Amino acid sequence: MNKELYEYVLRMGDDSLILGQRLGEWCGHGPILEEDIALTNVALDILGQARILMDYAGKLTNKKEDEVAFLREEWDYKNVLLVEQPNGDFAKTILRQFFFDAFRLPFFKELQNSKDETLSGLALKAVKETTYHLQHSSNWVIRLGDGTDESHQRLKTALEELWMFTGELFYADEVDTKLVNEGIAVDLNKIKPIWDAKVSEVFAQAKLQIPEESWMQKGGRKGKHTEHLGFLLSEMQYMQRAYPGCEW
Amino acid sequence: MSEIKKEWPLWEVFIRSKQGLSHKHVGSLRAADAKMAIENARDVYTRRSEGISIWVVESVNVHASNPTEQGPMFEPSDDKVYRHPTFYEVPEGVGHM
Repeated sequence: MNKELYEYVLRMGDDSLILGQRLGEWCGHGPILEEDIALTNVALDILGQARILMDYAGKLTNKKEDEVAFLREEWDYKNVLLVEQPNGDFAKTILRQFFFDAFRLPFFKELQNSKDETLSGLALKAVKETTYHLQHSSNWVIRLGDGTDESHQRLKTALEELWMFTGELFYADEVDTKLVNEGIAVDLNKIKPIWDAKVSEVFAQAKLQIPEESWMQKGGRKGKHTEHLGFLLSEMQYMQRAYPGCEW
Repeated sequence: MSEIKKEWPLWEVFIRSKQGLSHKHVGSLRAADAKMAIENARDVYTRRSEGISIWVVESVNVHASNPTEQGPMFEPSDDKVYRHPTFYEVPEGVGHM
């Protein structure tokens, strides 16, 4: 088995799986019916991406998709810390989504050129989905930032809470190096300037200041998580733990 | 300054399906402006591939006929069946019309 590829697929897949779960928490709680459905649509797209990756990780290790998704321990999840952060209010959810979408769109665009057919195939489908996600989250960041005093203040608070988790999106180590050389993985150095430009563009319209350089949290890619992931997993894994092997 | 409204305006949504020639009314939704209305319409009314084009119109801009005037408005045409194109012989060879 290609150990690095498995690791890479998990990192990408767990980003999707955990964020999909977080967005799913909004189901039935959206600020208005229309937005409730919009957020759930995004959640379903992202969960669909996660399923392809969980299935692929399973094939690499002779496991079932559900086993990979639901039967690992907390330290075996390799998602970035950003996606496991609690939903907070609508502003925080939207800002978390914007940071992630602004990363994922250029990432998937590059991944379309991957020599790994499963990954390039996923990317082809995901580019369309993510283009819409980014449009949706960008529009909301601008509306809230350039909206009322209260919406602006809430977005600013969210920014203070989330900014420290954005650096990890560009974390790369020997796994990336090896797979980039093999033409499978995306070189994250190419993605960072695109992300920076998008954030600047949207923040300017949202009347938000990009925080000065500050300490960036990391650890997710190595399985070191914030205190929030455990609670999320206990809910997400409940069915498979209570009824092993259960299927819908 | 006018008072800030708590509720977003209502919009009517029209969708054209893949094979459809015209946009059909599918329902309504709330949105702050046209841009949001189109996005919301996409999310609410095209989740099952219902369409490839969306129109939205703010509901206040839709003017309707008066239901109490149904008699004078519509009944006079009831006894003018000759207006229907059912009095023609369809020539052979035309096939399905």
